[in-house]
Amino acid sequence: MMNKDLTFKPGLKRNITNRLFTILAFMFASIAILPLILVLFYVAIKGLSIISLDLLVLEPQPPGDDLTTAGGIGNAIVGTVIITGIASLIAIPIGVGGGIYLAEYAKEGIFSKFIRFGTNVLSGIPSIIAGVFIYALIVVTKILFGSMFSGVAGGIALSILMLPTVIKTTDEALKLVPDDLRRGSLGLGASMFTTIIRVTLPSAFRSISTGIVLGIARAAGETAPLIFTALFSYYHITGIQDILYEMSSLSVLIYNFALEPYKAQNDLAWAASFVLVIILLGINLLSRWISSIAAKN
Amino acid sequence: MTDATPKKYTNKTRPITEKLLDKGFKRLTVVLASMVAVVLISILAVVFIESIGSMSRYGFKFLITSDWNPVTDEYGAFTAIYGTMLTSLASLSIAVPLGVGTAIFITENIIPQRIRTLIGLMVELLAAIPSVVLGLWAVFIMEPFIRPFLLFIYQKFGWIPFFSSEPVGPGLAPAILILVVMLLPIITSIARDSLNQVPSRLREAAYGIGATRWSAIFNVILPAAISGITGGILLALGRAMGETMAVTMIIGNSNNFSWSLLSPGYTISAMLANQFGEADGSQVSSLMYAAFVLMLLTLGVNILAQWIVKKLSLKY
Repeated sequence: MMNKDLTFKPGLKRNITNRLFTILAFMFASIAILPLILVLFYVAIKGLSIISLDLLVLEPQPPGDDLTTAGGIGNAIVGTVIITGIASLIAIPIGVGGGIYLAEYAKEGIFSKFIRFGTNVLSGIPSIIAGVFIYALIVVTKILFGSMFSGVAGGIALSILMLPTVIKTTDEALKLVPDDLRRGSLGLGASMFTTIIRVTLPSAFRSISTGIVLGIARAAGETAPLIFTALFSYYHITGIQDILYEMSSLSVLIYNFALEPYKAQNDLAWAASFVLVIILLGINLLSRWISSIAAKN
Repeated sequence: MTDATPKKYTNKTRPITEKLLDKGFKRLTVVLASMVAVVLISILAVVFIESIGSMSRYGFKFLITSDWNPVTDEYGAFTAIYGTMLTSLASLSIAVPLGVGTAIFITENIIPQRIRTLIGLMVELLAAIPSVVLGLWAVFIMEPFIRPFLLFIYQKFGWIPFFSSEPVGPGLAPAILILVVMLLPIITSIARDSLNQVPSRLREAAYGIGATRWSAIFNVILPAAISGITGGILLALGRAMGETMAVTMIIGNSNNFSWSLLSPGYTISAMLANQFGEADGSQVSSLMYAAFVLMLLTLGVNILAQWIVKKLSLKY
């Protein structure tokens, strides 16, 4: 006679193994989010406690002073915005244009395959290599109006890191636009240019901007390419010409000041981390919000 | 309208400005797209050309010796190459089970949807924390916290070459741990995406013939998602090899070779970050040589990843 009892028996070996693995997976997931909580916790505790308006606008003072005269991170906040802005000005037009080519014009030829492959390869290149490249190409050669380390050089280095993200998201966003829209527009007699500018780009606008925003977030948090392209400056910029000179950024400030033996400098590094993390998490949540709107439409 | 027959509007009768605009725009996008190739090829070319001096001078000896002496002009990057391989492979071997386990936990129906989304969101936010902030945290919080544990390992297992030096603060072991933290979000999100792509028919079929949740996962779902997961693991490996800031801050930056995980070490990227600002002469060329080695390593891993994803792609 066959055993026809089909009720769940928790004592069976397979059910015990099943439960063990579930517990294991739960532990893995807890371990995975533990660092996030710890990092955010310490950044908030150590950073938030010393944040003040002065700290957000002043320039850092030379090392060795106590916190009351340590100054602030104002120049680094401005510098991060400027360098990331320069990177965006370069990477967004090139990336969106390249993405338009891949999605709208490219036939499945060797050229477009190579560009897609190259985009993937470029996104896998370590960020410090981008810094090394710009160092050899721009900093050492003094090709930019004779200046060496500069905010512009840093921006160009960061744009190399943004470029693959922007191209890829533009390409993928445009591919999701239904072909009927294009046919409709072309059938009405619109040129390819008009079709892309007036029909396909607007309907893919939200997904493209999500990608761009994520690219900006990645660039704003990067440090390695800036260490020897933009270097660091203790002073506020005074005018537009200053982008051709050494420029501070939040991330390089954190790196430099974390390794200083002075507590006041270390505290500034924590404060800068807090500001940077808040900016980046804000940008990320913004991009999530944009893409959730896009998903609803 | 006075004209009875409307004018035919064909490509030929388009205004010349429109035609030019159309053509010009297409050419512009071609030029912009080829910028990717230009940048990529010039990165390879510039780093290669700059490293020729050191390559012809030291040749392969550079890869297997550990002198780094600007005074006597002797350069060898073995410590850094060893450190790069060791830290990336060791951190990967810890991060893969954790990451894939987490991905399974948040894709399979184990917990309510809300908590799953929350965990997924948190892991992705971890990816948004810049590496320099993780480095700061590692230097001031993590390393002091784990030092007693490392000290204990040294006292109990010091006879094993890998634990044969007293932990003094920064070193290879803390660097490996912080790399695990950085790799987790990459592996988890890619593994989650691959698991989500496994068709639900497969799951239903597996459960339908009486599989438990985990026998379904191990025998059906994981094999179906293996291409994406392997690709993600290789991408994470590439990222670990090139990761700079957190590692530079915590690894100790020492070019003295040691087998011990508890002693300070070096990676190629840490060496670049540390020395480029104030290097000159043949030291720059040697650093470029090291950068070239790093680039070849990461390029190799990335191309392999793309190839595997294509080769093993989903068969269902």
